[in-house]
Amino acid sequence: MNVNRVAESLLALSQQEELVDLPKNCPLSENEDEGDSDGERKHQKLLEAISSLDGKNRRKLAERSEASLKVSEFNVSSEGSGEKLVLADLLEPVKTTTSLATVKKQLNRVKSKKVVELPLNKEKIEQIHREVAFGKTSQVLSKWDPIVLKNQQAEQLAFPLGKEQPAIAPIEHALSGWKARTPLEQEIFNLLHKNKQPVTDPLLTPMEKASLRAMSLEEAKMHRAELQRARALQSYYEAKARREKKIKSKKYHKVVKKGKARKASKELEQLQKVNPTVALEELEKFENARMMERMSLKHQNSGKWAKSKAIMAKYDLEARQAMQEQLAKNKELTQKLQVASETEEEEGGTEEVEELLVPHVVNEVQMNVDGPNPWMLRSCTSDTREAATQEDPEQLPEPATHEVSESEGERPVAEEEILLRDFEERRSLRKKSELNQDAEPAGIQETKDSSSQEVLSELRALSQKLKENHQSRKQKASSEGTVPQVQREEPAPEEEAPLLLQRPERVQTLEELEELGKEDCFQNKELPRPVLEGQQSERTPNNRPDAPKEKKEKEQLIDVQNLLTTQSPSVRSLAVPTTLEELEDEEERDQRQMIKEAFAGDDVIRNFLKEKREAVEASKPKDVDLTLPGWGEWGGVGLKPSTKKRRQFLKAPEGPPRKDKNLPNVIISEKRNIHAAAHQVQVLPYPFTHHRQFERTIQTPVGSTWNTQRAFQKLTTPKVITKPGHIIKPIKAEDVGYRSSSRSDLSVIQWNPKQITTRHSKELKKNSRLSSWKSDSQEF
Amino acid sequence: MKVKMLSRNPDNYVRETKLDLQRVPRNYDPTLHPFEVPREYVRALNATKLERVFTKPFLASLDGHRDGVNCLAKHPKNLATILSGACDGEVRIWNLTQRNCIRTIQAHEGFVRGICTRFCGTSFFTVGDDKTVKQWKMDGPGYGEEEEPLHTILGKTVYTGIDHHWKEAVFATCGQQVDIWDEQRTNPICSMTWGFDSISSVKFNPVETFLLGSCASDRNIVLYDMRTNTICWNPMEAFIFTAANEDYNLYTFDMRALDTPVMVHMDHVSAVLDVDYSPTGKEFVSASFDKSIRIFPVDKSRSREVYHTKRMQHVICVKWTSDSKYIMCGSDEMNIRLWKANASEKLGVLTSREKAAKDYNQKLKEKFQHYPHIKRIARHRHLPKSIYSQIQEQRIMKEARRRKEVNRIKHSKPGSVPIVSEKKKHIVAVVK
Repeated sequence: MNVNRVAESLLALSQQEELVDLPKNCPLSENEDEGDSDGERKHQKLLEAISSLDGKNRRKLAERSEASLKVSEFNVSSEGSGEKLVLADLLEPVKTTTSLATVKKQLNRVKSKKVVELPLNKEKIEQIHREVAFGKTSQVLSKWDPIVLKNQQAEQLAFPLGKEQPAIAPIEHALSGWKARTPLEQEIFNLLHKNKQPVTDPLLTPMEKASLRAMSLEEAKMHRAELQRARALQSYYEAKARREKKIKSKKYHKVVKKGKARKASKELEQLQKVNPTVALEELEKFENARMMERMSLKHQNSGKWAKSKAIMAKYDLEARQAMQEQLAKNKELTQKLQVASETEEEEGGTEEVEELLVPHVVNEVQMNVDGPNPWMLRSCTSDTREAATQEDPEQLPEPATHEVSESEGERPVAEEEILLRDFEERRSLRKKSELNQDAEPAGIQETKDSSSQEVLSELRALSQKLKENHQSRKQKASSEGTVPQVQREEPAPEEEAPLLLQRPERVQTLEELEELGKEDCFQNKELPRPVLEGQQSERTPNNRPDAPKEKKEKEQLIDVQNLLTTQSPSVRSLAVPTTLEELEDEEERDQRQMIKEAFAGDDVIRNFLKEKREAVEASKPKDVDLTLPGWGEWGGVGLKPSTKKRRQFLKAPEGPPRKDKNLPNVIISEKRNIHAAAHQVQVLPYPFTHHRQFERTIQTPVGSTWNTQRAFQKLTTPKVITKPGHIIKPIKAEDVGYRSSSRSDLSVIQWNPKQITTRHSKELKKNSRLSSWKSDSQEF
Repeated sequence: MKVKMLSRNPDNYVRETKLDLQRVPRNYDPTLHPFEVPREYVRALNATKLERVFTKPFLASLDGHRDGVNCLAKHPKNLATILSGACDGEVRIWNLTQRNCIRTIQAHEGFVRGICTRFCGTSFFTVGDDKTVKQWKMDGPGYGEEEEPLHTILGKTVYTGIDHHWKEAVFATCGQQVDIWDEQRTNPICSMTWGFDSISSVKFNPVETFLLGSCASDRNIVLYDMRTNTICWNPMEAFIFTAANEDYNLYTFDMRALDTPVMVHMDHVSAVLDVDYSPTGKEFVSASFDKSIRIFPVDKSRSREVYHTKRMQHVICVKWTSDSKYIMCGSDEMNIRLWKANASEKLGVLTSREKAAKDYNQKLKEKFQHYPHIKRIARHRHLPKSIYSQIQEQRIMKEARRRKEVNRIKHSKPGSVPIVSEKKKHIVAVVK
């Protein structure tokens, strides 16, 4: 490139010189110059030959045919050297002369034109070529990005991707190249031909075609619509009827029935007005229905239900009422219409028939149940038939009227009865609730009583315990008196003041505290079993070994506390203020004083010990009371299970010893279960960002035990599904809706002419940058 | 009075046929089914253990070759047919269902370097050490006919690999240069070179079928590593390919950004010789000089499975069958082996209950995969002693290297020692 640049600059220089020289040369006389020109040329050639010798500058000047126009810096004429050259003189002819315009133009053109650049070397070309092709291909490939992303994020991928069409050719194609050869085949073919079964599409026989032609499309449509409507209506009514049938409310049904009856009567009236003959027919129908009812035993007291009610009627008012209701119904139905009874003889006959139909047994039963029933009275009287027939004229009107009045009044009466019954029910309910309430306060009182009793017993137990404690202390004191080395609280600490001075006072207080705490826990323990503790805390075999154990523990603790107290100077300073501190500096003492004053309120170590004790208590396994009161003995309010049994069922499994048992100033939490920790995840797994996310995924169960079948299936669908025996082909552009890039794409670039100049390559680069390749690819 | 009866719809409890399962009404009240997490955890643990128990990946060994198996090819249309080329120039065609050889051809003198089938499955091509490219018919010759190739092209140099275009009658060979051939011509329609290194493998992209990858140079992809043994394109993701490398690793690249691999897959303890993608594009299998084959998920750097047998020597070639259920590998000791792609999978038709149980177990394993016990059992593999000790050794070496680097960073001026990521470490340079 440097070489090129140098050459360019040289060229430019020479051109400038020409520019300068030309106006000068113009006015020169030609003949003057001719003589010199030959020599000049020779000189020039010589110079060129010399310059070409060194091999660096081989560039030849463009040849000029006209010698006169030869321009060189060496032939500046010295003519008129006396005159001074002014710039204006130089510029003037340029302006005026028109003939120079063409020359100028040419010069400009020369100036604007650059030298034809050298072609690049092969490697460079190939590299550019590759780069461009690479950029282009990358761009083409990035069209796959969304699909790849979609497939990666897909919940489920089912391979093979494209739906395979089963390669089943239509039967026409299969049949076209087939001929019947065997006799059986020929027979079948003949049959088919007889039916004129067409082999090619559409596969319709003439019969079918005819049937198709029989009904026009619109007609068929209308017909179908009608049918549809009818079916819809039918289904609607069916549904309605079913719904109504399902209603259990008797009241509703009664209302419905009443409504129906009213409607029927209205219609009948109307019919009577409009068309009396039809009305008569209707009436006859009613009569028939009534007769049928009378004939049947539907509302007699012969059914299973009626019998059971009859049994229950002795005890149950409701049952009795139900029976009555049924009877009333029966009466109503079996009552002969007044309209029909025109003559007494006929009636008598019918009566007989009726009485024949009615079984005697039923009536007898009814008699037993209900005394003053006119209907029954009548039936009773009917036992003596002759008498009845004779008496009928006198008797009948009375009961009939009575009955009518009853039947009229019966409905309201029934309603009233229902209302009454409701009322009664409500009242009874209220009574029950009142009873309950009464019972409840009683129970509460009882419980209260029991609780107060318990409180009392507790109090008693406490007082006993206090006494015992005193006793035990005294005992302990006596034992300690024998062994003075054991550091224990004495009943009279003032006497051993010098001894006590040697060790911190804290221990005492701590011990006291501890004892207090123990008492507390004793109390806690004793609450569920006050009797046991209250009666025999010392005699029980459980407690006896406990006492020495406690002692041991106490001793241990004391040791530990000694350690603690000796280790911590602050305690010592607090406990032993005078004797030791005299040795120390005043400043320190001041500081300590200050610290003491500052932390006067809070005793850190005591707090810590308290905390630890609490932690120990909390981690101890709790007793489980498994006694079953009343099992194997009498149970009830105020009765306690026997002590023997309590001992059997109380369980307090001993846990392993605490790790911080011997470490006084450490609390090791034993909440962490090592056995469980082996099964727990220690580090949050990769895709999760918060432990709660992970926990939630673990907490949601997948199995069919906790999920419905559908949910289970949905939860356990595998991510990738492949079918055995199916070839999975690589993804295709056509499958996902892209136009596949053709192979010619490759060929065009591949078989391009290989020589590309830099300008071409630059253009190519620019194109690739501007991503104008889409248009190109369309060309391809 | 209406007597109210308890009534049930028989449809709810009567089964239609005797063969149906008894309908069991279920109550999904969570209080009735407590401890769901511990119960599912135990189930997951059992599923994982059972998976290990039922891991029997090895299916069959196809023996018959008299020299090491150098290359394998699948039939594009028939799942049961595979082709193999041996080091003595013999090509065999096998039937996998019957597990026998159905045809033997003495195709070349010297190695069969490459073998590929035409996309339609009617013929296949072989290249060998005798500088020839031969096209053969897939069906055997009729009675009395001689076994002869359809075409034979005599080249000037040795061809080391061949691959056929996925849609058109074009194939590519490689050797000193990559040649692209029309099936009808005896001269390549074009040859491409870059540098003077011979090219070991050439592969057409199955999705963007005009793309061609080779281990040295090609039209579009620039050089990535000279020591790479082979590459394989992802059949579902057009721009992703995986290269099997001599430095024990596999590299998955996005061809648009070659300066960083998408993933470095490391588990082999010797040179990786071959790689093939599962047709689903989710996994690939690699064959190694360390006498084992490994299955890698595309997005994981560690392998999910390793297969080895006592008798299997250096594995030279490996293929994943087109239904993504099996893996075939050809090795030095003349055998082709057939493996299950999913080691503990039950073969054959599954009943719906089996399928549901399998899915459920799979889901449980997935759900509890991070739990230490389950992870330990799921990851446990028996390895031959050589591989095991090699892994230990390499772990120590790697740790030492890492420690040194850490120390160097620690004891030098902050920022003076650049921290290079593991992915970038393996890329020497991208040459345009």
